[in-house]
This record gives sequence, C-alpha cells and structure tokens, in this order.
Amino acid sequence: MTQYIVLSAILFTIGCVGVLTRRNAIVVFMCVELMLNACNLAFVAFARQHGNLDGQITAFFVMVVAAAEVVIGLAIIMTIFRTRRSASVDDASLLKY
Amino acid sequence: MNLLSHSALAVGMPMAEEGAHAPVVAPDMGAGGVFDLLWLVIALPVLGAVILLGVAPFLPPALRAAVDKHGHLLGTAMSVLSFVLSTVLFVALLGRDAEARQVGQQLWTWFETGSLTVGMDLLYDPLAALFLLLITGVGSLIHVYAIGYMEHDPRRRRFFGYLNLFVAAMLTLILSANFVGLFLGWEGVGLASYLLIGFWQHKPSAAAAAKKAFVINRVGDIGLSLAIALMFATFGTTDFGAVSELAGEADQGTLNALGLLLLLGACGKSAQVPLQAWLLDAMEGPTPVSALIHAATMVTAGVYLVVRSNFIYELTPVAQTAVVVVATVTLLWGAILGCAKDDIKKALAGSTMSQIGYMMLAAGLGPAGYPYAIFHLLTHGFFKANMFLGAGSVMHGMDDDVDMRHYGALRTAMPVTFLTFAMGYLAIIGFPGFSGFWSKDRIIETALAENLVVGLLALLGAGITAFYMTRLMLMTFFTSKRWEKGVHPHESPKVMTVPLIVLAALSVLGGVLLLGDWIKTWLEPVTGTVEHHEPPLPAIVITLIITAVVAIGVAAAWFLVGRRDIPREAPQDVSFATRAARADLYGDAINDAVVVRPGAGLVGGLATFDRRGVDGAVEGGSLAVGGLSSTLRRVQNGFVRSYALSLLGGALLVVLALLAGNLR
Repeated sequence: MTQYIVLSAILFTIGCVGVLTRRNAIVVFMCVELMLNACNLAFVAFARQHGNLDGQITAFFVMVVAAAEVVIGLAIIMTIFRTRRSASVDDASLLKY
Repeated sequence: MNLLSHSALAVGMPMAEEGAHAPVVAPDMGAGGVFDLLWLVIALPVLGAVILLGVAPFLPPALRAAVDKHGHLLGTAMSVLSFVLSTVLFVALLGRDAEARQVGQQLWTWFETGSLTVGMDLLYDPLAALFLLLITGVGSLIHVYAIGYMEHDPRRRRFFGYLNLFVAAMLTLILSANFVGLFLGWEGVGLASYLLIGFWQHKPSAAAAAKKAFVINRVGDIGLSLAIALMFATFGTTDFGAVSELAGEADQGTLNALGLLLLLGACGKSAQVPLQAWLLDAMEGPTPVSALIHAATMVTAGVYLVVRSNFIYELTPVAQTAVVVVATVTLLWGAILGCAKDDIKKALAGSTMSQIGYMMLAAGLGPAGYPYAIFHLLTHGFFKANMFLGAGSVMHGMDDDVDMRHYGALRTAMPVTFLTFAMGYLAIIGFPGFSGFWSKDRIIETALAENLVVGLLALLGAGITAFYMTRLMLMTFFTSKRWEKGVHPHESPKVMTVPLIVLAALSVLGGVLLLGDWIKTWLEPVTGTVEHHEPPLPAIVITLIITAVVAIGVAAAWFLVGRRDIPREAPQDVSFATRAARADLYGDAINDAVVVRPGAGLVGGLATFDRRGVDGAVEGGSLAVGGLSSTLRRVQNGFVRSYALSLLGGALLVVLALLAGNLR
C-alpha cells in the first residue's frame, strides 16, 4: 500500500516540477497529465484499501475530464503554434497588467 | 390663543413687584372705528412697492412705459395717503383718555409651533403715533423732493419702489406688537437701505458702501435676534404686552443679557460706536435716501428699540449704563468727525451720528429721559431732513460736487436753499427758540441731573456741534467763491424747495411739542412716571451755560474758518487729531484690525487645514490605495508558469490549513 502512495507522490512531484520549469507547452501538458494520473493512482490505491468503489469511479471521472482537456488543450496549442510559430508558454504572455 | 389677547386679559392684575416698574403694555384690542384701519398705514406703501417693483416689470411694454413715467406719483401718493391716515389716527388717539391710548389690532397668526405663537399684531400707542407721523410726514416730503431730484434718472420708478419699501418696513417696525414683527421690519429696513445706498450700483464705491452697511447691520441684527431667542426661552413669548408683564420675574443675569443684546441691535441700526462705520459711507446713496435714512427711518430705529424696551431697561442698570456710555462716546465721536469732513454730506452724517448719540443718551437715562429722546428724535427728524435735502439742493446746483472747499458764497445764488438750511442750522446748534434748542437743552439738563460727567461731555458735544455746523454753513454759503470752472449755481425747482420750506418751518416750530410738557404727558402711558432728580443748578442757569458753550463754538468756527481764506485743496500738513478725524477716527482701521484681519486669518487657517488636513487625509488615503494597487498589479505578469506557482502555493496553504485543523 505505502509503495503505491509513494509512487503516486513521486509522480505528482515530477509532474508539478515539470509544469513549473518547462517552457514547451506540449511538455507542460504532459506533466499535467502526469499529475492527473498520479492522483488516479492514489484514488485507486485508497479505494482498494477501503474496499469500496468510490475511488475507482472518481478515477474514471478524472480520465474523462483529462481526455476532454487534452482535446481542447491540444487544439489551443495548435492554434497558438500556427499563429506564432512557437510552443513556448512564456511567449504567450500578452494578457497581463 | 393669541398672546396679545392673553396680555389684554391681564389688565388690572396687580403687578408682581412694586417700585420702579415700567407700565405694562396692554392694548385695547376692540377699539374699533378708525383704528380698524391701522393695517392700512403699512399696506399703502407696501402696495406702492409691490406695484412699482413686483408688477411693473411684467406689464406689457406700453403699460410699463406709462408706469415708468408716472410711477413716482404713485409712490408719493401712497406715502402721502399713509400720512393722512396717520394724522387721522393721531387725532383719534388724542380723543381717547390717557389710560386708553393703547390700541391693538390682531391681523392674523403669523406662525405657531408647539407652545409658541407669534401673531401678526399691531400696537398703536402714543410712541408709535409720533413715529408714524414722523416717518410718513417727513417721508412724504422726501418723496416729493425726490420727484425733482431724481427727475433725470432712468430708473426713477425703481427708486420710488425702494422708497416705499423703506417706509413700509419702518412702519412695520414701529407698529408691530411683538419683537418678531419688529424684527421683520428691522430686516426690511436693512434690505431697503442696502438697495438704496447701492442705488447707483454702477459706482463701485456705492456698491461697496451698500455692502458695508448691510454687513455691519447684520452684526447688530445678531444681537437683536439673540435677544428675541432669549425672550422666547425665558418668557415663552415676544409680545410687548406679555414681556412687559413678565420681565419683573426674570433673574438679573437674563435681564442684563437682554438689555445688552438689544443695545447691540440698536448700535447696528443707529450707527452707534462700535458699529458706526457704515453711516458715513452710506452717503454714496442719492441724497433723498440719506435724508430718509438719517431723519425719518433707519437710524431712529435703535432709539425706538431702546425706548420701546423700557420695561427691560428699567430692570437692568448694567445695560442702562452701557447705553449711556455708548451714547456719550458716539455723540463725541460723530461730532469730531463732523469737524474734519470736507464732504458736505459726510459732515452732516457725522452730525447725525452725534445727534443720535444724544437721543440714545436720553434713552439710557431712564423714564426721565425717554420723552426727551423721542422729542429730540422728532426735532432732529425735521432739521436733519431739512439740511440733507438742502445739501442735495446745493449739490444739484453745483453739478453734484460734494466738496465744501468748492462751494462758498452760495447764499445769493440759492436764496431759498440758504434760508431753509439756515433754519435747520440754527435748530441743530440749539439757537434759543428753535426746535433743537428745546430738545437738546432738556437732554443735557437731564444728563447733568443723572450724572455730572456724562452731562458735561454732552455739553462739550453741543459746543463741538456748534463749531462744525458753523464751519459747514460758512464754507457753503458764506466766505469767498471757490467754484469749479463752468459751474453755475442755480436755485432748485419748486418741487424741491417746497419740502425744504415745510421742513424749515417744522425745524423752527418743533419746540411747541414741549409746551406745558405736552410730550412728557403724552408719552407717559408708554414710558411711565418720572422719578425726578434735581439738576445741580437751576434750569435757567444750565440753559444759559449751554447757550454760552454754543456761542463759543460758533465764535471758534468764525475765527478758524470764516475769517480766513479756505484753500481749495485740503491742507495736508495738519495735526494728528485732524488726520485722525479725517480718517473717521480710524474706525475702519480698528474694524480691520479687530475683526476683518483676525477673521480673514481664521478663515485662511481653516482653509489651509481643510486643504492640508481634511483633504490631505482623504486624498492621501486614495493615493496610498492607488499606489499599493499599482504595485500589486505587477503580480499579473502574463507568465502562466508563475500563475501555476501561485496556484500551487495556494493549494499547499489550503492543505496545510486543513491538516492543522485536523490535528488540533
């Protein structure tokens, strides 16, 4: 049990650091997915421990949301790349003070 | 229930205190007959003012031109009708018994709040009767004179409207049966004087003089309004009847305060020191206005107020002493100003101030003085109106020049003006037999009997009066011609000289009111019986001394002015005293130093505090918030990753908080 949680934490941390440090939008995106799936892992692990299906069902919901997010997110990244020839998240910083 | 009728019910009730007590004002409300027309005395000039000022501007052009052309006749007619009615009322009052010579009329309830009722009530008694005759009589003569004097003024209709308003306000002041109604007239007089002094508003000096008169009068009005408020608080009424009845029960402090506050009011209207500064500047108005202000209305209001409030002054020796002190200072102050002025109207204005000082002095001496205060007021009304209108006639002939140094030897050029003016002159200096002789003589005599120092100062004032009036007379009508080039003095038209002749006759014959002490007996229902003080010397000796002092004054004027050549420009290398008198004894400088500059400093300080302190706090707060927000704005830098970091930090904080909550 502990191993699952530790793995989940490691994966989440990797994803988190990736989101914060990487500039490439695709990589950031992948790191987000990593964090989501780290959560899924934790949900499933706890569900198994408690012996009910709540966590499992939540994991499915997360997957559905993640799939939808991927569709929209990739579309946005595509559009930005087409107009700016860049996938760096730091370049798209016009919406500010 | 109306308060007047309340006091009427109280007739015959025993008075609370014995001793020196002014008579209770208890008018007969149901006199009927001609007395029912009392309101008309005020209504007539009001009607004139309404037509000339309120209606005329809205008439169709043709009709308005007609009113513009003949409006002065309407204004004069209203004043004359009012005089006729006053005479009828006077005769009717003469026909009643002495005890029944107080007649009242309730018109309507003016306002009513809580326990407080103020009625629009009129009171007609011997005092009001004399004032009515003076105001409407002299006022009418001035109206007639103004027809000639203002003939070429394009705004003559408006001028007569203002004159009617002035007379109406003064009549309201005199006829009102309570202090609130008196205050209405009081303020009306202030307004009308403002409008008339500033009538030639295109002249900046006239506009400034009007404002000055108005503002200084406001200072006095504060005193009167506070006195009225104090009466409401103490007696619950301002009715003359009720107050005269209840005054004896009030405590001494309240009575002193009332007396002093009323004196402050009287000082403002009657141009007594320290509120005297407006009177000389008020000469900026057209001359008929000066005559009206100085003879029939306005400045007499203060004397009326003190005499009318005798039921208060009788009970407060402190305020009475204050009245005497103020009056004595003023009578000398005005006399000194009169000595130094080269402007004929200003010299006359100084003499008015001085003569009003005599009246106030008499009024401050108590019941022994009241009749003589009113007597001098009447005779002064005659001779001062006479001299002001005479001065106007001189100015008329001299192309509106007022500098006496440019006059001289006018007696042949304008004989009627000269003769009538001479009657007024002899009256004011107190030449034996003329009206002023009788009235001033009685005042000085009474003053000597009450207080030797005050009496001697009043005597000195009589000498100075003789000096400056003789100087004025010599510089204007005698000595050599000093006329400006191109000036051809000529006699004024009949419409101006006839009022002068009438007033000159009154100046000579005004003394008849004293025959058999008539005026004393007549005013007794108002002022009470006299407790007699014997003067230090027999009356005839005092009269001789006064006449001698007057003769010395005249002789001094002859030696100092009449014998010498009068320079056309006022000499500049003069003594300090002359310079001080020319500068109105530094009245303006004192006002400036004591009131204006500290006031301006205070206002300036407040403005600075408002700008720096109040505005600073408000604006500083907004500046701080603005600065903070523009700093915080920088957080929104557009970099997604920094937002993500904040998000993470926030999420961590929430988790930590939850954990902390669970652990506790």
